[in-house]
Amino acid sequence: MAFLWSLASLISLEGKGHYIHWHFIYLSVANFIVILLMVLVFLAALFVPFPGRASRKESK
Amino acid sequence: MSTTIERQWTTRLRKRATGKLPPEKALPDTQPAYVASWIYVFGVATIASFVMVILSGFILALRGPQWWHVSSVGHFVNSLHLWSVEILFFSMVIHLWGKFFMAAWRGGRTMTWMTGVVTFLVSIATAFTGYASQTNFDSQWITTQAKDGINATGAGSFFNVLNLGQMLMWHIVLLPLVAVLLTAVHVVLVRLKGVVPPFDDKTGAAK
Ligand code: HEM
Repeated sequence: MAFLWSLASLISLEGKGHYIHWHFIYLSVANFIVILLMVLVFLAALFVPFPGRASRKESK
Repeated sequence: MSTTIERQWTTRLRKRATGKLPPEKALPDTQPAYVASWIYVFGVATIASFVMVILSGFILALRGPQWWHVSSVGHFVNSLHLWSVEILFFSMVIHLWGKFFMAAWRGGRTMTWMTGVVTFLVSIATAFTGYASQTNFDSQWITTQAKDGINATGAGSFFNVLNLGQMLMWHIVLLPLVAVLLTAVHVVLVRLKGVVPPFDDKTGAAK
């Protein structure tokens, strides 16, 4: 539990939030990180081999 | 079988349903080889997180809208509900990207894609009414900001975001019902049509 608390203190939630502002694009850093993670998981889903795929092909 | 029995609506409906979607097709034993990819897992991941959203929502509904502010168990269930929603949208968007880049609306699958699109929009509305039902400063801020935008569209005349009772009812009755029905239709359509073949599959197998 104490370990989790120390993790939480890594990010300060006091004060005003952090935002990315680039031309008309305006979003919070938190949302930006989530979008980056989605792109990463999407790429992983495409390129990480699916377990059992090779054996399935052999049997065909 | 006599013709009167054959003309019964129960008989006709059963024959139509089992003719189009026999049990082996509804719950198949195997899938085409190209389905062995992580990208196909995200539809089911979306269903799994949706089930968690509904179950945690049931518990929140059982105890009522004060509970999660005053009890640590209530707070935990509330967090479970929120984080399941986060995973729901996370996996739904990856599912959507996957289907977009494989143009999974090909071969008569327009309605599969379109039910997906509408489910996505309904989920956003459900999440919005959920944020409006939190009964804290966050929901107060969100609704007082949103009212001007929604009133500007004219929808404010029947959809009043400052009416907590109305937002809660939309959130826990109307919109989840629509989302569950749409998801069911979406998945049945996938089974009816079979998984869309890859672009380079010229054999037409599994069409
Ligand atoms: C609550 C949201 C949703 C759930 C639970 C859901 C569930 C599923 C499942 C289980 C499948 C079959 C497995 C797979 O290919 O992943 C599927 C297929 C499909 N989904 Fe969704 N989906 C949702 C939202 C969406 C959205 C937002 C879109 C796109 C706008 C979409 C488009 C499709 C299409 C086109 C297929 C057919 C793929 C094929 O025939 O090969 N879905 N969905």
